[in-house]
Amino acid sequence: MANQVQYIFDNQNLNKSEPQKFRQEDLKHDEMIVNIGPQHPSTHGVLRLEVITSGEEIVEVVPHLGYLHRCFEKHAENLPYNQTLPFTDRMDYLAAMNNEHGFAMGVERMLGIEKEIPKRVEYIRVVVAELNRLASHFVALGSYGMDIGAVTAFFWTMRDREHILRLLEWVSGARMLYNYIWVGGLFYDLPVGFEERCLEFVQYLKPKLKELENVVIDNTIFVNRTANVGVLPLDLAINYGITGPMLRGSGLEFDLRKVDGYSVYPEIDFDIPVGKGQMGQLGDCWDRTWVRVQECYQSIRIIEQSLEKLMKEHKRDRDFDPRAMVPKKIRPKAQDLYVRAENPKGETGFYFRADGRSDIPFRCKARGASFVNLSIINELAKGGMIADLVAVIGSIDIVLGEVDR
Amino acid sequence: MKAEEIKILLEENFPQKSFEVVENASPQGIVVPAESLVAVMDFLHTNNKLYFDMLSCITGLDNGPEAGNMEVIYNLYSVPNDIHLMIKVILQRDDLKVDSLVEIWKTADWQEREVYDMYGIHFNNHPDLRRILMPADWEGFPLRKDYEEQTYYRGMKVKY
Repeated sequence: MANQVQYIFDNQNLNKSEPQKFRQEDLKHDEMIVNIGPQHPSTHGVLRLEVITSGEEIVEVVPHLGYLHRCFEKHAENLPYNQTLPFTDRMDYLAAMNNEHGFAMGVERMLGIEKEIPKRVEYIRVVVAELNRLASHFVALGSYGMDIGAVTAFFWTMRDREHILRLLEWVSGARMLYNYIWVGGLFYDLPVGFEERCLEFVQYLKPKLKELENVVIDNTIFVNRTANVGVLPLDLAINYGITGPMLRGSGLEFDLRKVDGYSVYPEIDFDIPVGKGQMGQLGDCWDRTWVRVQECYQSIRIIEQSLEKLMKEHKRDRDFDPRAMVPKKIRPKAQDLYVRAENPKGETGFYFRADGRSDIPFRCKARGASFVNLSIINELAKGGMIADLVAVIGSIDIVLGEVDR
Repeated sequence: MKAEEIKILLEENFPQKSFEVVENASPQGIVVPAESLVAVMDFLHTNNKLYFDMLSCITGLDNGPEAGNMEVIYNLYSVPNDIHLMIKVILQRDDLKVDSLVEIWKTADWQEREVYDMYGIHFNNHPDLRRILMPADWEGFPLRKDYEEQTYYRGMKVKY
């Protein structure tokens, strides 16, 4: 290996593998191409943007993807369902529990055991998924603040996210990529004392969230940078397949936890925050950010109610086995199935084709919420300033692991 | 609304075409002939009883060289009516062309590019059909069942 050539360098390699869409001669007078990324902090990962600018104004944005492509779908076609599950963690790595929940739910639905999962298992799933949603929104809010110049928000949200990661590490043994929710059950029951600690954390979090809202979100500087920027009308959002906080920021009360009512969400009382255009136009960057903050409060409500159930109706039992329903052999009947779940970023969907003869899916397609949400960037950024482009990318809240899969 | 009812509605409006309900599909599905895809989708998008305003997911699928066909699967959802529908188009491997839906749903742009990238299915009238995830100079279409990796890419061995 040591003597082998590992990479043949050529000056033209980049032009061949990821050519610019626009060439110099296509541009009008005064227009120029500005390349942003892939190694740029405000693109939140390895995203490359080819920006056509006229002075300070953006004419067109062309994203170039694929720098983090890890062949999820090819892996899934070669592995049994339970072995694919850890790969879903690596899609949206900031909200791994939510991906696992969606994937496990899809396989359970194919096997027809979705209704037989014990209630305690479902409540534990909801608790860990909502904790992870909080962690994901904290990264979104903190790094968004950082993008547009508020460093305090990043420190505060990372401090609180650390508590969540430690709680989840206590539950599953890992900080970010958990493999905790299994098809038909869970890896382990919650550790002894988790419910009390988690309630304590939630009580601690409420005033901190209020503080964040007062100091950062309602801050005049923040409002001036985000209100009336990147306005997304509702009809365009639906036409682009936008989901999650972006769609709700544009004023539609659409949350798959309510609409589809999967898992035990119908038994839990929570609201869906919707953007109202309080600081500027409906569907601007501020609305989307505000929706994320309000969702944090709702997640806290869901966690509180679920923990109460876990301590009373479905309380810890020596004989309870979270792996009781885990199938020894996962071989669904021949069928097509599309399952969707509410990820912090939007609708995460899995399309399965099972042929009924093997333990391996014939086809497994992952619909990444960030991938679809990112496709609107040109519409949002066009006609704005370059500085606003950073505000727009941050408000979409992309995770490149999910964009490229 | 059930798939059978949607099928009857489609047959009334497209008398010369044949539609078929997909078995064992959840959500319910209908197979549509490739040549009338855009007309059918436009009808599903604008009809008042259906109004499928959201195109959630486009999936490509290869049935292998023995079966000799590929499929493109569209998952539609109607936000106001809360109906799901899976539309399936079957394409022969020697003629992998289907009309693009970018005119109806803008979200089809990137999702069709992804299908093109992975399966080499050509979408007619697509405004910007380039590879999206793989490098532009990559050889072959990785998710086809008969895909063989190229041996070297820039001097790096591809296959492990």
